[in-house]
Amino acid sequence: MEITINQKPFKLPQGASINEAIEAFGAQPPFAIALNLTFVHRQRYGETFLSQGDALEIVQPVAGG
Amino acid sequence: MLYGTLFPSRLLLGTAQYPSPVVLRQAVEISEPSFLTVSLRRQAAGHNEIGGQAFWDLLSTLKIPFLPNTAGCHTPEEVWTTAQMAREVFETPWIKLELIGDDYTLQPDTLQMVGVAERLLRDGFNVLPYCTEDLVLCRRLVDIGCEAIMPWAAPIGTGRGALNPYALRLLRERLTVPMLIDAGIGKPSHACEVMEWGFDGVLLNTAVAKAADPTRLAAAFKKAIEAGREAFLGGAMIPRETAEASTPVVGTPFWHHGAP
Repeated sequence: MEITINQKPFKLPQGASINEAIEAFGAQPPFAIALNLTFVHRQRYGETFLSQGDALEIVQPVAGG
Repeated sequence: MLYGTLFPSRLLLGTAQYPSPVVLRQAVEISEPSFLTVSLRRQAAGHNEIGGQAFWDLLSTLKIPFLPNTAGCHTPEEVWTTAQMAREVFETPWIKLELIGDDYTLQPDTLQMVGVAERLLRDGFNVLPYCTEDLVLCRRLVDIGCEAIMPWAAPIGTGRGALNPYALRLLRERLTVPMLIDAGIGKPSHACEVMEWGFDGVLLNTAVAKAADPTRLAAAFKKAIEAGREAFLGGAMIPRETAEASTPVVGTPFWHHGAP
């Protein structure tokens, strides 16, 4: 299946969890995740399974005003 | 005092746009702010910004509480999700609510921010809403539970100082909650002025970061904010229309009746 992570296409096995997406992306902590604009608590990464066309956002701390 | 917490300083400092992490550190150390504002962006992006692990390491050593913002959010749903992500990453209930209603002026969306502020408050956030000086909006934010609000002085990054002194001073008179001026401050005199009017603090970023010498401006702002607060507490004199001699007139030598 194909999903997007930070708006870039990624191919993952059907029914992959967020943990697998994190590994495919190579995310470096600290980060937080939203799936289709809904926040996903880090404790739920392993039990949240992705579907074709899902949009994952992985964000990190940056400077802000 | 914000949401039951007493802070040692009335300055809140943004962390963006500094020439280098070293300068950011110096500005923080000399101005001793109560909060550092921070944000979230996509991990693969932001190579023009201080971000990622290096930024996290720097923040961790400064030992100043974080105030994450929801900068760039254009819908209540984006604010809601960003706030939750910020709470997890920065491990804090504090959130600077930014809901942009106009990209040209970066004016807050005054029609939708009350609803999302209420949702965040119900979920346990300490919400500091970036808002305009509109009295009715600010009153609604207080009514739904915001224990402090942050009206702008002028649009973000303009450095123009308070554009609507009448409305800001009226707001100060009408509402008793802590009010921090956020956005639009350019010079220490701007910060001092709003503190003289009775505002409780000032949030700065561009005015320090984009100065020729950010560290020196950070120090100047700290002094200006303290001076303005003291002037407010001291009760500055009311301006008069006509001159009135400060030196006693009685006993003036050579003075006599009939002098011009």
